[in-house]
Amino acid sequence: MESELKVPTMAELSATGQQPEVLFWVGCAGSFDDRAKRITKAFVKILNRAQVSFAVLGTEESCTGDPAKRAGNEFLFQMQAVSNIEVLNAYEIKKVVTACPHCFNTLKNEYPELGGNYQVMHHTQFLDELIKNGKITLEGGKFKGKRITYHDPCYLGRANNVYQAPRDLIAKLDAELVEMKNCKKKGLCCGAGGAQMFKEPEKGDKDVNIERTEQALETKPDIIAAACPFCNTMMTDGVKNKEKEGAIRVMDVAELIANSEDP
Amino acid sequence: MQYLPNILFVAALVAGIGFFIRNVKKLARNIKLGKKAVITDNTSMRWKNMLRIALGQTKMVVRPIPGLLHIIVYLGFIIINIEVLEIIIDGVLGTHRIFSSLGRIYDFLIATFEILALLVIIAVVIFWVRRNLIRLRRFIKPEMTGWPKTDANWILYIELILMVLFLTMNGADYQLQHLDAAHYTKAGAFPISQFFTTFFDGMSMSSLILIERSAWWLHILGILFFLNYLYYSKHLHILLAFPNTYFGKLGPKGKFNNLESVTNEVRLMMDPSADPYANSSEVETGEEVPKFGASDVMDLTRIQLLNAYTCTECGRCTNECPANQTGKKLSPRKIMMDTRDRLEEVGKNLDANKGIFENDGKQLLDDYITREELWACTSCNACVEACPVSIDPLSIIMDMRQYLVMEQSAAPSELNNMMGNIENNGAPWPFNQMDRLNWAKED
Repeated sequence: MESELKVPTMAELSATGQQPEVLFWVGCAGSFDDRAKRITKAFVKILNRAQVSFAVLGTEESCTGDPAKRAGNEFLFQMQAVSNIEVLNAYEIKKVVTACPHCFNTLKNEYPELGGNYQVMHHTQFLDELIKNGKITLEGGKFKGKRITYHDPCYLGRANNVYQAPRDLIAKLDAELVEMKNCKKKGLCCGAGGAQMFKEPEKGDKDVNIERTEQALETKPDIIAAACPFCNTMMTDGVKNKEKEGAIRVMDVAELIANSEDP
Repeated sequence: MQYLPNILFVAALVAGIGFFIRNVKKLARNIKLGKKAVITDNTSMRWKNMLRIALGQTKMVVRPIPGLLHIIVYLGFIIINIEVLEIIIDGVLGTHRIFSSLGRIYDFLIATFEILALLVIIAVVIFWVRRNLIRLRRFIKPEMTGWPKTDANWILYIELILMVLFLTMNGADYQLQHLDAAHYTKAGAFPISQFFTTFFDGMSMSSLILIERSAWWLHILGILFFLNYLYYSKHLHILLAFPNTYFGKLGPKGKFNNLESVTNEVRLMMDPSADPYANSSEVETGEEVPKFGASDVMDLTRIQLLNAYTCTECGRCTNECPANQTGKKLSPRKIMMDTRDRLEEVGKNLDANKGIFENDGKQLLDDYITREELWACTSCNACVEACPVSIDPLSIIMDMRQYLVMEQSAAPSELNNMMGNIENNGAPWPFNQMDRLNWAKED
């Protein structure tokens, strides 16, 4: 990375009486998973470049409780939610952006009833807005003419009807967006949702991520774009399973934007 | 004796409708076994959804071929009912084609019914071929053997027979009109059944009257039979699709309900000033401690039970389910069928025991829906999106998972590890919360 990332924390800012415009909710995957950390850094790189006033919670952030809730542990979910809301409200957070559709969905839809009311954006929506407001400019760049297929994360697409923002971003790269046979409302899950990420799949003919990867490969892409750290893992594993990792890369939309102007 | 047909007709009508009302009452009683769901919000949006999705069939045409065929049968069902109205009035009063005084309009109506009847016959035949000869994947899943398969075909046969009877009745009538038979008013246009006259050529007037009367009677008796067949079949959707789409989930599909009973307990735990014994009197007075999640149909909401009765087993949900597509046991359609089957079983139990449920040692969990099915779900909402009548199989799966985890601590061990990690260090993996910002310092 060419220059060091500037990652202010809420604790630091509030100590000096500053309030950022937006809180970047990093999420567990974005904090700890090696692959997802690269997405986090790519997104911060863009935020730095666009001089967005933001902060992270850092060590004060905790799991939103999404996997616990989808696994059936409503109790643990609400414990997580209530303590996160306490932190967020103490910092008087108004706007949150996150690169994880699961955090996005939970913060946006399930926190309000528990006392957490924020404007929540997915990072693809946030980036789309940055471009539309001229905060970042993209002119083709190194992905120009590449065949990119976009995998809709369930918790972004079907769950929250966000289909266009990530596609608009890919269009800005002057890349060729090729759709899979199941896309948008009919997008096929990567296999990780509903806490499946953390367990072995049930007995069947094949794994869901293999089925989805096969659909992606049918489009003969150079790049499979994802917008969720878990989808990214599942699709990366799928591509490896098909021994295509030399030819096809799985990248987050934020990485595409961040890297488009790199040499 | 002159009024014998009228009396028989009224008797058949009263019996048919009476039996139907009895079934509707039973259906309502069974649905009320579920937990109350108070839905009073967004009335105009809900009406709009009902008009758009149930009446307008907007989600049927997502698959154009069955969508178009379904619209034909559906329109046929609705429009031909105008003719049923005439049949009922004729039957009660002993008149014949009482609406014929409408003249040209009547001709137009009858012609429309005939064309629709033919189209319905064609559609029904294609449906039968898709189900039995082409054997589309979603129609031959494991849950579609036995009664569900028979039921589906019976519905097609009944519809076919009703349409053939309708056209036969008209064809014979048309021929009788030609022969200037008494009481057979010259009325109506018969673009389809006029071709039946080749069969009727040379038949005596009395034979023709016998054919016409038989077809007329069998047609209306068939309709009354079909009305009462609904409760025993998957075909209830023709009625229940309307309330079901009205009560369908609004807002983002990703938003799952927060359990209120849990919220109360969590608040109590998080609030240092709360008196933990404040509510203990409830326990002492023997009030029921709320059960988390669902293990049987009584734990589900009335909406979920209505969902189960509304399901017509089309299998679009199962077709889109990632778990099912990759050979797992989970089938969202089976979740709905199991829920209904268990609810019916509970209903029969009530019938047999004078309205008081006698513990039968069974429940929805394990006896109908296995844990393997529940744990295979990715909560991706594909089934919810696919349903043409706003059924939500996912909500039942989630409620049952809640029961497994919160009442039985019976999550798969890997999930227990994940939840233990969240509890101890705020992440689903065993990483220290204090390391959460390390990424910012790494290269």
